[in-house]
Amino acid sequence: MSELSRRRMLKVLGTAPAAAAVSFQPGTVQAYLAERAQAAAATPYARRFFTEHEFATVMVLADMIIPRDDRSGSATDSGAHEFIDYIVAEQPERQTRIRGGLAWLDAECLRRFDRRFVDCADAERRQVLDDIAWPAKARPEMSHGVRFFSEMRDLVATGFWSSRMGVEDLGYMGNRPTTWEGPPREVLEKLGL
Amino acid sequence: MQIIRSPKVYDVCIVGSGAGGGTVARVLTEAGADVVMLEGGPMWDSATDSAMFAWNYESPTRGWGGDLKPFGVYDGCLGGWDIEGEPYTVGTGAWRWFRGRMLGGRTHHWGRISLRFGPDDFRRKSIDGLGDDWPISYDDLRPYYDRLDEFVGIFGTNHARETGLHNEPDGIFMPPPAPRAHELLIKKACDRMGIPVVPARLSILTRPHNGRPACHYCGQCGRGCSTHSNFSSVSVMLPPALATGRLTIVANAMAREVTVGADGLATGVSYIDTGSLQEHQVRARIVVLAASCCESARLLLNSKSTLFPNGLANSSGVVGRYLTDSTGLSVRGFIPALQDLPRYNSDGTGGMHLYVPWWGDNKALGFPRGYHIELGGGFGMPGYGFGSGIETYPQSQGGGYGVALKEEYRRYYGAFVSFAGRGEQVAREDCYCEIDPDVVDKWGIPVLRFHHTWSEHERLQAKHMQETFRAIIEEMGGTPIGDMPGPEQDYGLAAGGVIIHEAGAVRMGNDPKTSALNRYCQAHDVRNLFVADGGPFVSQADKNLTWTIMALAWRTAEYIAEERRNGDL
Repeated sequence: MSELSRRRMLKVLGTAPAAAAVSFQPGTVQAYLAERAQAAAATPYARRFFTEHEFATVMVLADMIIPRDDRSGSATDSGAHEFIDYIVAEQPERQTRIRGGLAWLDAECLRRFDRRFVDCADAERRQVLDDIAWPAKARPEMSHGVRFFSEMRDLVATGFWSSRMGVEDLGYMGNRPTTWEGPPREVLEKLGL
Repeated sequence: MQIIRSPKVYDVCIVGSGAGGGTVARVLTEAGADVVMLEGGPMWDSATDSAMFAWNYESPTRGWGGDLKPFGVYDGCLGGWDIEGEPYTVGTGAWRWFRGRMLGGRTHHWGRISLRFGPDDFRRKSIDGLGDDWPISYDDLRPYYDRLDEFVGIFGTNHARETGLHNEPDGIFMPPPAPRAHELLIKKACDRMGIPVVPARLSILTRPHNGRPACHYCGQCGRGCSTHSNFSSVSVMLPPALATGRLTIVANAMAREVTVGADGLATGVSYIDTGSLQEHQVRARIVVLAASCCESARLLLNSKSTLFPNGLANSSGVVGRYLTDSTGLSVRGFIPALQDLPRYNSDGTGGMHLYVPWWGDNKALGFPRGYHIELGGGFGMPGYGFGSGIETYPQSQGGGYGVALKEEYRRYYGAFVSFAGRGEQVAREDCYCEIDPDVVDKWGIPVLRFHHTWSEHERLQAKHMQETFRAIIEEMGGTPIGDMPGPEQDYGLAAGGVIIHEAGAVRMGNDPKTSALNRYCQAHDVRNLFVADGGPFVSQADKNLTWTIMALAWRTAEYIAEERRNGDL
């Protein structure tokens, strides 16, 4: 999303720093959403924060964290990597942690295998992730990797589960007008209610 | 550039368009008054400006709104904790100040929890010796609560007889929506513990009402309701006021001060047009401040003149004093029984369907006053932060990655409940706001400096909340998330202001030496000046305050109308 259209988003949502000057017009939010959906469908995502190499690393990591299975696609199938790039660009406090964490991961892989993470074989990647993916079991010297991986796992989770693919996988059934009769019988029965 | 003075003299100028301002505007315009309303933010129409039905994935941040939109990118309330160019400062303790900047104000933000204060809530000093009694009783406000229930529309049940809770008055309710599964599960545990769980009282329509359709159960009240099926000032109060042809709304008008004549009466309000930066003065025979508790106090304190050197309506020196917020903290719990539950659409209305009114007996507890509990849980719309911190979830594998982790996220979806306590802070003179002598906002209006601390009363109440919420979670067979904070962290109490229930900074009372307003929310010192927001409250309650803001505003407006008819104003 370009800076201009971001400004427009903030403006129509009434949050622009210069909100004082905003003239609020009816329908602006809906118009913005429609416009954005159209624009998103028409143009490929343009990276905002990561270098090409970092982005490739994020994509491999994302699909190792949430791979394709028999119910839905992988993190990158859902566009999670684009969300991660976007949100890290939006949240400066994350930037050094994430950039540094990716560099830590490469340094660790170089030390062990003389290759960067993306160039490692799957088993080699897993060997490193196995050391940082379970905080309570990790060795103390892995703490920086653990810290980075936990944050990346959270980012991938938001990216995947809040995507259209993730929402469908979870079976979220709302966000629509409906009638309300309370939970179905099978739910109440399972809970013994 | 010179000040633009309106040639017209309105009957009434209302500052603010939220719960209080909207109510006063409706009552007074229908009573025949010619009213001008100043709103500091832009216009807003729920029908066209709401983001209802938008998906989080349609937002590049998946719903995250950052500092500019702290309650999410689609939240219906414009404004926030930190507004560029509109600072505030903190002296003693801590304070956070959420300000709405839009037509309808914070009625776009709130949870529609519409709880009448009970008879005890107006006479707390008589009961426990702390704070002060109100100059009015529940019986004085009851007719206005009734009218609000009938006019606005609210669901709930009369449960005082069944629960024995005499301080939870009956109202005029639409049928409540059926409880959600997790709410029933909480009730089952609470029944065993002797904690009452009853239908919530939310101003959301479960039946068509006054030309507004019933709720369509998308659960998104916070985004602004395009069908006006919940309460906001814009959806409910302002349309009938506008229909009289006697309401003029001036948006983007940031009030600077109340102007005063040589006779000591208010003559109108000066404001800056935030678009053109042009200074204006609007003239009116009566001024009603409904700018929010602290903004109204700020306006009075900034309205200094030779006649009123301490600020307007402040010969007592109490304006700004006795500032309170609700106490608040939340505990989340993982409930194994809710894991792998068959999915259903649990959105319902935009709030809880069941809640816990205050049930405690203070004589048996080590603290005064009480709190109610707001229940959360269910299958919410996945968005920013989903599954965050899964490595810490009870009974999880402790992190990991891959297919097993993916399955774990699915199993934990909907398996959490949350309990949020909202309770009463005892009002104290040393919790207050004043004008910061050094700081102005970008329009040159001196800003507020806050002083706010919690006392042992609130800390012990918070401890009781923590212990109770954790006990309920354990009774449900679940595990509370996170360790219980200790006294050094105020048992997890949110900082003052964070619950966004400010009240008391322009309090009412019978004694002009210890109060700014009389029993009709009329300034003791200036008889054509009124306050109609949370400012007049003498005390909080274990109930959210909006319904009382509106009942009080309605009563104030009827008093003004009567005084106008009598020729006294």
